Amino acid sequence: MDALLQFLLSGVTVGAVYALVALGFTIIYNASDVVNFAQGEFVMLGGMITVFTYQAGLPLPLAAVLAIAITSLVGVALNKLALEPARGAPVVSLIIITIGASIFIRGAAQLIFDKQLHRFPSFSGDQPIHILGATLVPQSLWVIGGAVLVFIGLWLFFTKTLTGKAVLATANNRLAAQLVGINTGWIMTLSFALSAAIGALAGVLVTPITLVGYDVGVGLALKGFAAAMLGGMGNPKGALVGGIALGLLEALTAGYLSSQYKDAVAFIVILAVLFVMPQGLFGKSTTERV
Amino acid sequence: MSLLDVSGLGIGFGGLRAVDNVGFSAEPGEIVSIIGPNGAGKTTLFNMISGVYLPDSGHVRLDGRDVTGAAPHRLARMGLTRTFQNLQIFQDMTVLENVIVGFHQSESGALLSDLLALPAARKRSEIARMQARELLRRVRLDKAAEELAGNLSYGALKRLEIVRALAMQPRVLLLDEPAAGCNAVETEEIDHLIVELAQSGIAILLVEHDMKMVMRISNHVVVLDHGEKIAEGSPESVSKNPDVIAAYLGAGDEESVDADS
Ligand SMILES: Nc1ncnc2c1ncn2[C@@H]1O[C@H](COP(=O)(O)OP(=O)(O)O)[C@@H](O)[C@H]1O
Ligand SMILES: [Mg+2]
Repeated sequence: MDALLQFLLSGVTVGAVYALVALGFTIIYNASDVVNFAQGEFVMLGGMITVFTYQAGLPLPLAAVLAIAITSLVGVALNKLALEPARGAPVVSLIIITIGASIFIRGAAQLIFDKQLHRFPSFSGDQPIHILGATLVPQSLWVIGGAVLVFIGLWLFFTKTLTGKAVLATANNRLAAQLVGINTGWIMTLSFALSAAIGALAGVLVTPITLVGYDVGVGLALKGFAAAMLGGMGNPKGALVGGIALGLLEALTAGYLSSQYKDAVAFIVILAVLFVMPQGLFGKSTTERV
Repeated sequence: MSLLDVSGLGIGFGGLRAVDNVGFSAEPGEIVSIIGPNGAGKTTLFNMISGVYLPDSGHVRLDGRDVTGAAPHRLARMGLTRTFQNLQIFQDMTVLENVIVGFHQSESGALLSDLLALPAARKRSEIARMQARELLRRVRLDKAAEELAGNLSYGALKRLEIVRALAMQPRVLLLDEPAAGCNAVETEEIDHLIVELAQSGIAILLVEHDMKMVMRISNHVVVLDHGEKIAEGSPESVSKNPDVIAAYLGAGDEESVDADS
């Protein structure tokens, strides 16, 4: 019983990170139909830039904000420099461009930073909290709380503001959006900035627990992609549910089977979704209207 | 200087000259109809005027200003927008939201207040919501305001697309077969709405197969055939023009002058 609770708590913590990565996938997918495989690199950049600016002497909160801002700019640059020039190319080509970009960013990070693993201090110390026999590090609460705030904030943005509506409209019907005066190119820029910022925030929150190195983005992109597929690509609610579900599945697999199998869970989820329910839990059917 | 001035407009697809050297103009409050058999190039002409296609020759001028090749969203903000023959609706949004996004263009520079959830953002959103409801009432869609647009009947969607365009307070409105697929009552309604809009000072460009409607409400008719303008003038003069009659007969009887019920 204690063990189960322990697995659930750690599952929800990693699940919250996967949910944020999946949300990043979702936002860009909605705006452009592109699955952005550089999404994991945004998380890495969030962690790495915070590490190095903090080591350079900046206070941690300032280092974190700076990391998120710089990563947003990287997201905008990815769109402007790599994807916009290829506008009109098939979606598959655009996806391959994002894979190229992810390799490039990883290489650049290795040169600019280094190949070591890093961390910075937890925000509220490392004194474990005991809950019914299970333990939780305070940073876990930061991760879960941060994810909750991001999802609430985004929900308000999409449902309550005209700009949010413009993003949804672009996702729904780009041509019609242009005809009602929405600058869809600008909405794309906004989506990349938002998506990169969310990724970076996840990196900032989770680095004290999992550490960060130049290549952590690869695994995170895979997990986030699996979570987004499970929830239904393009649906923010799906990203949340898919992320938490994947985190729990991994934690339970590691706990009751073997931690060796943990990373296989994401692959199995991807395959299972593709075979059994290609639209995911909350996705809508993709049959085209003719 | 006309409100809208189109001159020498042309575009080719591969070997096909879909529209060639077409010109006309429209004044505020005028209803200008573009007619012609299927495949004559009417929709392509609209696509060029509204910035969806880039013409390879000719000019589009709005208030004397050259706007050829401007992006659709910029034209929309300048007061020129359109509806589509094959409906372009935000299917996954509610009827009300479809119209609300039409108010988006008057909201530039508002992102910061939206992101920071400032009271101003809420207020703008409230005003847009009220005005959108008012527009929906005008085409009797207010009862369906909260329904998903995808669930509406075809005729209702046609009306929704028109009021969504109205949210932008256009000065030039292009309507591509607004009554196609509508029943007699709906057609009548759209007919009235178009006349009302013209009376309020909007210049209307209309593509419509219902010839009775075209002849009744147009001030000016432009006839296209195989991408070229073959006649232009008042409804009476055009309907008596032998070239026009020949073009319609040549296209087969499903395209006769009063086709498309
Ligand atoms: N994007 C396109 N690519 C190739 N051919 C096109 C394209 N759009 C229209 N056409 C062709 O241009 C001609 C005019 O089409 P269209 O403007 O749709 O006619 P209308 O609206 O008068 O029925 C047709 O022969 C059509 O096949
Ligand atoms: Mg047409």
